[in-house]
Amino acid sequence: MYLLVVFLSAIGSCFAGLFGKHLGPLGSIFVTTSCLFLSLFISFFIFYEVALSNSVVYIKLTTWISSEVLHVDWGFMFDSLTATMCIVVISISFLVHLYSVEYMSHDPHLPRFMSYLSLFTFFMLILVTADNFIQMFVGWEGVGLCSYLLINFWFTRIQANKAAIKAMIINRIGDFSLLIGIILIFANYKSVDYATVAILSPFFKNSSASFLNFNLELLTTIGIFLFLGAVGKSAQLGLHTWLPDAMEGPTPVSALIHAATMVTAGVFLIVRSSFIYEHTFSVLEFIAILGATTSLFASTTGLLQNDLKRVIAYSTCSQLGYMVFACGLSNYSVSVFHLSNHAFFKALLFLSAGSVIHAVNDEQDMRKMGGLKNLVPFTYSTMIIGSLTLMGFPFLAGFYSKDLILEVAYGKYNSTGHFCYFLGTTGAFLTAFYSIRLIYLTFLSKPTGFKKTICCALDSGQSICIALGCLAILSLFIGYLTKDLLVGLGSDFFGNAIYVSVKNLNMFDAEFIPSFYKTLPVSLSLCGLLLGFVLYNFKSKELFLLKISDFGKKYYSFLNRKWFFDKIYNNCLGQVFFRFGYSTSYKFIDRGIFETLGPTGLSLVSLRIASNLHKTQTGYLYHYTLAILIGLTLFISIRQMLFFMEHLLDYRLYVFIFALAFFSTNQKERI
Amino acid sequence: MLTVNINSVLNLTSIIFFIGLIGILLNRKNILIIIMSIELLLLAVNLNFAALSIYLDDMVGQIFVLFILTIAATESAIGLAIVTVFYRLKRSIQLEPIKKRALTKI
Repeated sequence: MYLLVVFLSAIGSCFAGLFGKHLGPLGSIFVTTSCLFLSLFISFFIFYEVALSNSVVYIKLTTWISSEVLHVDWGFMFDSLTATMCIVVISISFLVHLYSVEYMSHDPHLPRFMSYLSLFTFFMLILVTADNFIQMFVGWEGVGLCSYLLINFWFTRIQANKAAIKAMIINRIGDFSLLIGIILIFANYKSVDYATVAILSPFFKNSSASFLNFNLELLTTIGIFLFLGAVGKSAQLGLHTWLPDAMEGPTPVSALIHAATMVTAGVFLIVRSSFIYEHTFSVLEFIAILGATTSLFASTTGLLQNDLKRVIAYSTCSQLGYMVFACGLSNYSVSVFHLSNHAFFKALLFLSAGSVIHAVNDEQDMRKMGGLKNLVPFTYSTMIIGSLTLMGFPFLAGFYSKDLILEVAYGKYNSTGHFCYFLGTTGAFLTAFYSIRLIYLTFLSKPTGFKKTICCALDSGQSICIALGCLAILSLFIGYLTKDLLVGLGSDFFGNAIYVSVKNLNMFDAEFIPSFYKTLPVSLSLCGLLLGFVLYNFKSKELFLLKISDFGKKYYSFLNRKWFFDKIYNNCLGQVFFRFGYSTSYKFIDRGIFETLGPTGLSLVSLRIASNLHKTQTGYLYHYTLAILIGLTLFISIRQMLFFMEHLLDYRLYVFIFALAFFSTNQKERI
Repeated sequence: MLTVNINSVLNLTSIIFFIGLIGILLNRKNILIIIMSIELLLLAVNLNFAALSIYLDDMVGQIFVLFILTIAATESAIGLAIVTVFYRLKRSIQLEPIKKRALTKI
C-alpha cells in the first residue's frame, strides 16, 4: 500500500505516455486521473496510520548502490512530515489533473500532457518519501526535468523554450550545490541515510571540514550548500528569476509545479535537514535573512506586474520567502503548516486565473480584462476566496499560518527575528494591496477588453468548477482544521521528523508577544485591502497621475522590471559567460592554442620544414659541397661539442624550441 | 741530415688540403678546376700519409700512398671522360647550365 501510493502515478504516467496513441485523450485522462484518485485515498490511510497513529514506516525496497562504505538503498520512509507532504502533493495533483481535463481538452497532445503531469507527481513523491539524500536527489532532479518538459509543453513557442531552459539551468545551479552538500555529508558521515545523519550530527558540532583547502566548520558548510540547493528550487532571492518566466507553460502546470509542489521541495529539504541546521546558528540566520528579503522583494515586484499569472507567481515567491524565514527561525512545523495551506490557496488562485484566462480567450494581460464580475461569477468567488486567504484575512487558511509565522518571528526577540517580522509585515501589506489590484483590474473595473471577448466570456465547465470548488473549500477550512494538529502548542505531531534544539524553541514566547505586534500584520493587510480598493475604485485618476509623474515613472519601471534583476543577470553574467564561451574558450583556446599545437599546427610545421629542407637543394654544386663540408665537420666535432656543452644544455630547451617552431611558421603563406 | 719538424709538414698538407677545398667551394664555373682541386686534395692526403709513415716508421702509410695514387689516376681519368662526354653533348663545360637543366627538369 505504501509503495502503491508512490508508484501508482508512475503507472498512470507510463500508460498515458507509452500507449497514449491507443488510449486516446479520454482514455489517458481516465487512467491518470483514476490512478491519482486511488493514491489520494491511500494517502489518507497512510496519514491516518503514520501521522495520527504515530507509527513511522520504513521500507527497504532493494539495494541500489553498494560499494565499500557507500550504501544506498531504494528506501522509503513515511513519517508524519512525509505523510503531510504526500497528502498535499497528491490532492493538489489530483485536482490539477481533474482541472486539465477540461482546460486542455482542445489540445492535440493531451495524453502527453497527462503523462508529464503524472510523472511529475511521481518524482515529487519520490522526493518526499526518500529515506536518504541520494534518492531524494533523484526526485529533486526528476521534478526539475518534468518542469522543463511541462513549461516547454507548447514546444513550438520560442518563449516557452527559453523559459524552460532558463528554469532548468537556474535550477541546475542550485542542484550543483546540493550535490556538493550531499558529497560533503557522505565524505564526513560515511552515510547518506537521513537517520544516520540525524543521529551523527551532534557529534560533528565542532568539527571542521576542509573544502577547497579552506578550513571551514563542517555543519555550516553542509548547511550552506544544502540551502543553496533549496534557494534554486524554492526561488529565493538570487536564483528566483526562473519562477516568473516559468509561467509560459499551461496554467495547470503553473498551479501544480510553480505554486504547490516543486517550489516547496526546497522548503521540504530545509525542514528535512533540520537536524543539521539546528546545530549551526549562522546558517539559520542567513536563511532567515534571505527568506525575509525574498518575501519583501517579491511582494514589491508583484505590485506592478500587469500579467495575471506573473502577479500570482510573485506572490508564490513571496510566500516561499515566508516559509524559508520561518525555517530560518527554527519553526519548521510552522513552515510546513504554511506550506500546506499555501499549496491549497495558491493552486486555487492559479486555477481561477486559468479559468479567467480561459474565459477571455487566452488573454493574460490584466489591463485588457475588467468587468468580469458578472460574467464569470463562480471564478470571481473562488478568486476572492483565494485572494483573501493569501492576504491572511482572519479565519481563513492563510491567516493561521502567515500570522503565526510573523508572530514567531517577533517572538524570537533578536535582531534577525525583528528584521524578518518587519519585512514580513510590510510584505503582508503589499500582498493585500496587489491581491486587491488583481481582483479590481480583472473583475471590478469597467470592461477594457475587446467587445467580442467580453461577450463570449463564460464560466468554465464542470470539471474546472469541481476542482475550483474543492480547492476553495479546502483553502477556507484547512487552516482551522489542521492548526492544532500541525502547530498547536505542545503538539507532538511531527515527532522525530523535525528536530528543534531547545535553545531555538520559541513557540511559547510567540504566544506571549505584545498584542499590538500580534494584530499588526492582520490590521496592515486589512489596511492594504481597503487602501487598494479605495485607490483603484475612487482615486484611479490620481493613481494614473502618480504613475506618469517623473517620480512615479522611475519607481514604476523599477518595480515593473523586477528590480532589473533579469537585466543585471543578463548583462553582467549571461553575456559575459557567453562571450567567454565563444571568444575565450572556443575561439582562443580550442580553435587557437589546441589547434595550433595539435593537428593543424603540426601539419603546417612539417610542411614548412619540408619545404625549407627542399629549398636547400639549390642545384648549385658548390652549395652541395658546402653542405657536405659543414655536415662532415659537425659529425667530427659533435663528440667534442657534447663534451663541452653537456652541462649547459637542458632537454627542456628542446621542448621550447619545438613549441617555437609552431609559431615561427607563417601560416597565411601556406594555406 | 736535414730534419724537418713533423708539425711544419702537417701544417703544409692541411694548408694544401684547405686550398683544394676552397677551390671546390668558391669555384662557380669551371669543372676542370674542380677536378684539379680534387687532385690537390688527394695529393695533400698523400703527402700527409707519406710524412706520417716516415715519422712513425711504418710501411703501411706508404702502401696507402701507392694505392691512393692509382685511385687518383683512375678517378681523374674517369672524371675527364665524363667532362668530355658532357662537352660533346652540351658544347660547354660551364657549371651553370647543369643547374638550370636540373631546375627545368623538376
